[in-house]
Amino acid sequence: MSTQELRKERIDRGIKVRSDGLYALMSLRELSYLTLPRFILIAGMISLPFLMPGMYWQRVISIVCIYAVLALSFDFLSHYVGLVSLGGAFFIGTGGYVAGILNTYYGVPPVLTVPLAAAIGGIFCTLMLLPCLPLKGVYFAIVTLMYPLFMARIIEAFDIFGGTDGIVGIDSFSSAFVEQYFVVCMVLIFLFGLRRFVTTDRGLIFTAIMDNDQAVKASGINITKYKALAVFIASSMGCMAGACLTHIYMWSGISQFALDFSILPIAATVIGGAGTLVGPILGCLILVPVSELLRDFGTLRIVFYASILVGFILFRSDGIMVFIQRKYEQFERWTKI
Amino acid sequence: MNPEINEDMTKPILQMNKMSKSFGGVQALKDVSFDVFPGDVLGIIGPNGSGKTTIVNCITGFVKPTSGRVYFKGKDITGKQPHKVADLGVTRTFQIMRPYYSLPAYKNLVIPLFSPRAKRTGGWRGGGRLGNRQTIAIDILEEIGFERDSYIPFKKTSTLPTGYLKRLELARCLALKPEIIICDEVFSGLSMSEIASMVPLIQRLQDEGITIVMIEHRLRELFQVANRVMVLNFGQKLIEGTPTEVMADEKVKEAYFGSEEVEEVMTYA
Repeated sequence: MSTQELRKERIDRGIKVRSDGLYALMSLRELSYLTLPRFILIAGMISLPFLMPGMYWQRVISIVCIYAVLALSFDFLSHYVGLVSLGGAFFIGTGGYVAGILNTYYGVPPVLTVPLAAAIGGIFCTLMLLPCLPLKGVYFAIVTLMYPLFMARIIEAFDIFGGTDGIVGIDSFSSAFVEQYFVVCMVLIFLFGLRRFVTTDRGLIFTAIMDNDQAVKASGINITKYKALAVFIASSMGCMAGACLTHIYMWSGISQFALDFSILPIAATVIGGAGTLVGPILGCLILVPVSELLRDFGTLRIVFYASILVGFILFRSDGIMVFIQRKYEQFERWTKI
Repeated sequence: MNPEINEDMTKPILQMNKMSKSFGGVQALKDVSFDVFPGDVLGIIGPNGSGKTTIVNCITGFVKPTSGRVYFKGKDITGKQPHKVADLGVTRTFQIMRPYYSLPAYKNLVIPLFSPRAKRTGGWRGGGRLGNRQTIAIDILEEIGFERDSYIPFKKTSTLPTGYLKRLELARCLALKPEIIICDEVFSGLSMSEIASMVPLIQRLQDEGITIVMIEHRLRELFQVANRVMVLNFGQKLIEGTPTEVMADEKVKEAYFGSEEVEEVMTYA
């Protein structure tokens, strides 16, 4: 039989169907089918700092986690609320400066500056973005891209908060162990928290706003309120990551408003799989170490980096996670047309 | 009839007073006034572009009128935000259906059931207390014609045919326990049999005391359910009256068929 008379079809694996809903409790096999991927992710993330050779790579893992939180917040905003935000750098910078100011000017210890930076920074970012909430798609993206540039120039021009030198002498985390496990736990908590949140009734409203905001208005729901809530969640995640970055480097400066923090999370989301929430974390786990490995090539690094991205966008545009998930849940077979 | 909805049958529940709206140089509405009484089914007809949908948009706050006022139960609601108007119980459907395509059908109703109004009223059949939103959603869908046994409420919205999407539009209004439903062409794009099953549904809603404003092109079915009809032409009100009065009116025939062709069409009819 020639291939022209055949076509590939995808069918859900039996175990996937059997482990839907309550039936998962029937046997250990079904239960492990559901829990194993989650267990591998959690165990993998927790053991990562152990597996890394030396201080340098352990530091890279912390940076991976910071980017992962940013990528998570980007994925949540763009694929569950429909607001494409390029404001990663804005969130990181705001969180970083809030933590730095609290720590050096008011002597607040890192244990408190991180959650405080998440709350204060989140409120600040939400207030700044409030006028742009009626905007959609690319227009929202443009405005959010402007904010980090705007903040950096203000700090530079008015010479506040240390000006171009930044704030120095910020306390670090009490030990490398605390630093790494704090960021690893932060990623895991945000990941599972968001995954749970988007399936609740309140989380569905965000999906509905993305699908059709007019219908949500006609349902008697104030969409500006919910968009603001979504921006607050995303920006306080970013600010928390920024506060961690400040304490890791013991410094906060205007380079925290650099556009890397806006662009890399998006690249990671594209590679990992948009809309999966796990995907962006996988993307960061690949992209950040790769960019470290490519350091030896100097400026050529960007060329390699860009080639990887273009390759992914062309040949695996749905992302690694979507591909893995499909292989895990479905099998393919040839059938006669 | 539900006594708590219609306290006073003689006072208009919805009033439009000298409403005008222009988009740039185009005058979409010009001094349109009408009253809707509790329990009414008011039909609004008119040729394409005569301003029917603009009326809906002006009432529900999606468009701010240039001049004129809208009153709901004597209270001025002109220019209020759409979600505040919906919160009062003035709900609408969209001519171009606006479901949430990425969600299953029943989860479309979880959204309106999450609104402050649904929390107060408990949804269509709710007695003031809101239970599990997903259960209520499926109940509403079943009542409005989604067969529960065939799993249609659980299907992804993007796979549903037009007939179900139009019902979903109505269901979204019902989830808010509405006082008024403004239907923007619920019959358009449906097959004859689908329309035939929609007509009793509209009549049932009317029996339950919901005031209905219907914008429609399907005159035969509209005249079955409406007790008053208003005709619009070029943004102006031509005539308002019972279906029989409107059908007999010369101006209406002219608006629909053009002045020269009237006699020709009438000879065929």
